[in-house]
Amino acid sequence: MNVFYVPYLAVAGLILVGLYAVLFKRNLIKIIIGITLIQSGVNLFLITLGYRANSTAPIYTSSPGGIMSLPVPQALTLTSIVIGVAVLALMLTLVVHIYRHYQTLDVRKIKEDEE
Amino acid sequence: MIDFLTDHSPALIVAIPLLGAFLTPLVGKINDKLRNIFVILIIALTSGLILLLVNSVLSNGIVTYVFGGSQTVIGTGSSAYAIRILFEVDAMNAFIALIAAILPLAAVIYSWGFMKEETGQDKYYTLILLMTAGMLGMILTGDLFNFFVFLEITSISSCALIAYRTDNKFSVQAGFKYIVISSIGALFILFAIGIFYGQYNALNMAVIANNISYSLLDKIALVLLIGALAMKSGLAPMHMWMPDAYGRSPASVTVVLVGTTLAGVYGGLRVLFTIYGSSLLNAESTILPNIIIGTMIVILAVAGIFIGVFMALKRSDFKRMIAYVAVAEIGYMFLAIGAAILTISSVDNGILMSESGLLALKGGIFHILNDALDIGLLFLVAGAVYFATKQTSINRLGGLARNMKYTTIFFLIGLLAVSGMPPMNGFASKLMIYQSTYEISPILAIIAILCSIMILAAFVKVFHSVFLGPELPSLKNVKEVPKSMLIAMALVACIIIFIGLFPNIIVDNLVTPAAEALQNTTSYIGAIMGGA
Repeated sequence: MNVFYVPYLAVAGLILVGLYAVLFKRNLIKIIIGITLIQSGVNLFLITLGYRANSTAPIYTSSPGGIMSLPVPQALTLTSIVIGVAVLALMLTLVVHIYRHYQTLDVRKIKEDEE
Repeated sequence: MIDFLTDHSPALIVAIPLLGAFLTPLVGKINDKLRNIFVILIIALTSGLILLLVNSVLSNGIVTYVFGGSQTVIGTGSSAYAIRILFEVDAMNAFIALIAAILPLAAVIYSWGFMKEETGQDKYYTLILLMTAGMLGMILTGDLFNFFVFLEITSISSCALIAYRTDNKFSVQAGFKYIVISSIGALFILFAIGIFYGQYNALNMAVIANNISYSLLDKIALVLLIGALAMKSGLAPMHMWMPDAYGRSPASVTVVLVGTTLAGVYGGLRVLFTIYGSSLLNAESTILPNIIIGTMIVILAVAGIFIGVFMALKRSDFKRMIAYVAVAEIGYMFLAIGAAILTISSVDNGILMSESGLLALKGGIFHILNDALDIGLLFLVAGAVYFATKQTSINRLGGLARNMKYTTIFFLIGLLAVSGMPPMNGFASKLMIYQSTYEISPILAIIAILCSIMILAAFVKVFHSVFLGPELPSLKNVKEVPKSMLIAMALVACIIIFIGLFPNIIVDNLVTPAAEALQNTTSYIGAIMGGA
């Protein structure tokens, strides 16, 4: 097996573990951890796409020649990380509020809105 | 001056609300009234620019706007394109942008009276403007990654607004549900973007559409994109966030939220027709892709209509009941779109479909506008009832027509419009949907008509128990809502009646060009390829 496939396996693993946590875990914090795992998986996927073996940074004036890697995937990943932090902060804030209302983070004990 | 504004309108439409959003807290330091005027002005200015843009698109064709100069071109000859973030506006985007202009305008005018007693209004207005900017960005952009960024801006700000009343445990819960659903959806979209980038080395929708080969990876990306966008737009099995989010957010927020949902529907149309347009009749597949996609969409849409209608009949909470009807209305849109996809006959030079398919597509697109207005008006009325009585349950309301004359009239207009009764706008688009789906499969049209009648039944029940009947002793001192709320409702109601009386004006001038733009994938791609 080509060694370059390993990151893609890690991507699949991270996303699947994340989805499992979101779908089957009862604790809200664990659900949030699941979402961040999916996020790391997707970020790793973007970074892996941009990787070229033995490539240099694409600074034309000081390039030693040879392969240069395109910086777009890194830029995408940075943006995605920043957005991810904002979403994470917002979700944790909401969890704090939910805990104040229910004194629990177990989804089974949080009453559904049924009116 | 007008020419300059028209040329730069795609950028300004997003930049002005974005700038306005962060200026709002500063203006709010001076005076509350000044801040409200400021926010209304910002939204009005944006709406004016949208009108300029729509006018320019309809008369001169596709508008592309390249950020940071169009000189940096990659590739040569006809495969060259500007390697920048760019906005591309054709008649379809322009039509949806128009919807996205009306809803926030109604919402901010409404908020003046509606939010008067609430704390944290600076943050509220900031978030409303951010949400508007994100929504408009989603609609105007021609770049997939940009679409993802604006989608996240919209999700984050709408989640914060859904959970605005943090003292109510249900609204916090609804906000959490919404952010979980939408962040997972957004990550699916990002993953699909990664798949595209890995194969075609491009993020631009037109470039991807030009190069797409419908490989296995593209099929995975299609599933991810459609799944995520259906989640965002509340198609049947993924609709469960909608009743909570719509039902528990303040009414003025719900109206803008309806707009963001419709931006999701727009994203789905763009993905299906523009990016995957040339692959819909891929001959290498055993079953044609358009049959699989079309059938799936129709099945989910019918399920959505049924779920929405039956759940709406059972609900006693005013806003949650309207939210379930909104689920059914989304079903109607997708029913028409799915039926249109089923009839596609050629994709070689733009997407060709049968006449009934084209009518279905037009009906679906027209229904996007009508759904926004009808559901928007009903949510505004529900908000007004809550504002006057502080009650949300239908069972604890009654006889409001005595004290709230105007609100009652607006509710009646919304009720007739949403259930597709003439002479309201809902009738015009639903008739197009019934007619075209009848030609494709009569059973679909029968389901659609029956469910419309059930929507009417559900609303007549609500109308009877909320507005008619004996006056309840606890509601004796109810007063009509403030003028600003009435103005906002009247604005939407007037547009509803206007479209209802003259549907041809809208269909000929806005809906038909939008449907044609969606079909004409070659010109969408051609506007970018060749160096912009």
